Amino acid sequence: MIRLTWRQFRAQATVAFGALAVIAVLLAITGPQLVHLYDISIIPCQARGDCSAAATALASRDSVLQGLGIVLVIVPGVIGVFWGAPLLARELESGTYQLAWTQSVPRRRWLAVKLGLVGLASVALAGLLSLMVTWWSSPLDRVNADPFTLFDERGVVPLGYAAFAFALGVTAGLLLRRTLAAMAVTLVVFAVVRVAVTLWVRPRLLTPRHIVSGLGQSPGLGTPSPPQPGDWVISDATETAAGRVIGQNGGISYGSGRYGILFGPQGNGRVALQGVGTCPNQFPAQAGAPGGRPSAAFQRAAQECIARLGVRQVLTYQPTSHYWPMQWYELAIFTALALVLTGFCFLWLRRRFA
Amino acid sequence: MTAVVAADGLGKQYGRRWALADCTLRIPPGRVVGLVGPNGAGKTTLLRLAVGLLRPTAGTIEVLGRAPGDDAGQLGRIGFVAQDTPLYPALPVADHLRLGGWLNPRWDDEMARRRIAQVGLDPRQRAGKLSGGQRAQLALTLAMAKRPELLILDEPVASLDPLARREFLQLLMSIVAEAELSVVLSSHLVGDLERVCDYLVVMAASRVQVAGEVDQLLAAHRRLAGPRRDPRTLPAGQEVIEESHTDVQSTLVVRCGGPVLDPAWTVEELSLEDLVLAYMSRAREQGPADGKLSVLR
Amino acid sequence: MDTRNGCPVIEFHLDARSGVSPYQQIVQQVRQALRLGLLHEGDQLPTVKEAVERLAVNPNTVLKAYKELEHAGLVAARPGIGTFVTRTLSDASLAAHGPLRQELGRWLAKARRAGLDDESIEALFRDVFRSSAAEGVA
Repeated sequence: MIRLTWRQFRAQATVAFGALAVIAVLLAITGPQLVHLYDISIIPCQARGDCSAAATALASRDSVLQGLGIVLVIVPGVIGVFWGAPLLARELESGTYQLAWTQSVPRRRWLAVKLGLVGLASVALAGLLSLMVTWWSSPLDRVNADPFTLFDERGVVPLGYAAFAFALGVTAGLLLRRTLAAMAVTLVVFAVVRVAVTLWVRPRLLTPRHIVSGLGQSPGLGTPSPPQPGDWVISDATETAAGRVIGQNGGISYGSGRYGILFGPQGNGRVALQGVGTCPNQFPAQAGAPGGRPSAAFQRAAQECIARLGVRQVLTYQPTSHYWPMQWYELAIFTALALVLTGFCFLWLRRRFA
Repeated sequence: MTAVVAADGLGKQYGRRWALADCTLRIPPGRVVGLVGPNGAGKTTLLRLAVGLLRPTAGTIEVLGRAPGDDAGQLGRIGFVAQDTPLYPALPVADHLRLGGWLNPRWDDEMARRRIAQVGLDPRQRAGKLSGGQRAQLALTLAMAKRPELLILDEPVASLDPLARREFLQLLMSIVAEAELSVVLSSHLVGDLERVCDYLVVMAASRVQVAGEVDQLLAAHRRLAGPRRDPRTLPAGQEVIEESHTDVQSTLVVRCGGPVLDPAWTVEELSLEDLVLAYMSRAREQGPADGKLSVLR
Repeated sequence: MDTRNGCPVIEFHLDARSGVSPYQQIVQQVRQALRLGLLHEGDQLPTVKEAVERLAVNPNTVLKAYKELEHAGLVAARPGIGTFVTRTLSDASLAAHGPLRQELGRWLAKARRAGLDDESIEALFRDVFRSSAAEGVA
């Protein structure tokens, strides 16, 4: 059964791993140059502390090969659509399963070998590509201010994506029994799940850090652990004392694009903080020079109003120290999904086909 | 002598429709069995149940003494060619034979190669480029080179031209002559079956209409032609299968236990085709099977 | 005893539309060949495998036909080798075949000159054949 699976799979495997070999050669040639460039341009400037120019220069090298990161993002989807979906769908659609299931090989073994061989190849392909890209990019990543933006295309998560996409494709093929339909469904569901996990699950993989500060102050100023460059700021919400979110990024949203911290007179001698409520304290009669900056007295009254109304800024972020634990957790999630789908395939096979 | 296929009240239901109902059969070993009936009669369903590709909704079936199972032993004893002879289009003929060797412990590679050469197939030719007749011969070779005790063929010659049909049946019969195996062969064309089958099962409207050894069936049925007569006046041992009347004449196909002695009848023997047609038209009159007792209107 | 080279002398053919069962056709063809002197003692009949491959017919059919011929004492089976003729049906009457053929040929030419087509000739022959057979029985 192993030999048959390989015989059916060998054309696709040759193309994919051949392409991988070409990429490996390209990266192997250009990688050491990047390291060398890093050594001669970044390390000295780090001692001086002014690396921005050198970093920009480094980051603009080999931009085409940097595009391999994008390739790594789409490779799991491609695996699911072209290796996973047709695996069973083609046999069920063309009727060759009737040939395969009436040789002396039980159905479970047939499925296990197909899933095992091609699944392993899928994970290996994504894993090797990720290894090569991560290795090659390490000089660039060290000067990158935002490692979390490349979370999907580095490290171990691509293996999980590949396993999940493959299992998803196989399941779609088994349920739909039509190759093209299975390919389409796999692509759509895979994309939806990836986006959903990135938006809603990843921020909470580890408990993020929260910093609460008064509106208008520098976030985290004076607190024990302010966000560093490279940390992933998930949200910067402006909240009322009751916890209602009324704005982002240090301001209040007033609808139809209007945004800021606005105070306005209320007509009974009081001033209101727009969007929140009436200020309990007194404001100076004059806001300040017309068209110019508010006076110092006004600013103090404004700060007091904010403090007494309890409006605050809540900063939620993941520090860079959480990066690798999050990689492993996300890998675990996608691997678990892949295993669940695989188990489902075996159960379905047993129930529906005698 | 254990029956090679033994079914008891076997049935398969899809939704509300019974594709096969109330099927009871005892097929003796060593025969070439013809399973005849129109499309939709339940032949493919019965064969797929026998091979284990389907699970019964009602009743039981045993093949070669055991329930059709998903284990290597049982699968190795039965060779199956599905309708439309599914093959892997991208794999050449030689790789299909290799496939047989990889997946079957009792594979006779030498015999397979000899048969392929005998029918003139090019081992390097991809299966997708073969003609219908060549596909049928390759599929048959795959099924029998694993030395099964039973060969099950679902409409193997349905879409073949007459020459290809003849060549396929020649190959099949020489296989039967060489090895001791039973064959169950389904078809909706009766003509070929007459020279090839020694046991017949007629199916129509999802039911088995009649089953038995061909010589015994032919000996037990007669066509009676004579002056117009009500079939209910016939003696007890004669069962009317098909009847047609003009104003003055009646023609009946009857199943009789003994000789027909009434001199008013002209008695003729039936061909196998006539016998099958008689049972099929009787089935059409009785209406489709619904798995329950039918209500007489 | 057998001086021919072991190849079967006759080949079978089956007429699907004759209304005669395949095994009976084989029996008849062997008897016919014996009568016409095409088969002699010691000649080998086609093996079951050869007959089956040529005719696409059930092997049991051929076996049954050979068994019936063996029962009638006309052939004998030698296991592992084949089935061989033991007795012919042609005996003395074979000598009469020649002149009878000629007479029949002349009669046919006469019938054609009189304007009978093939069907009428056959019908006429069958009718006379049957009535003379009935007279023979009576």
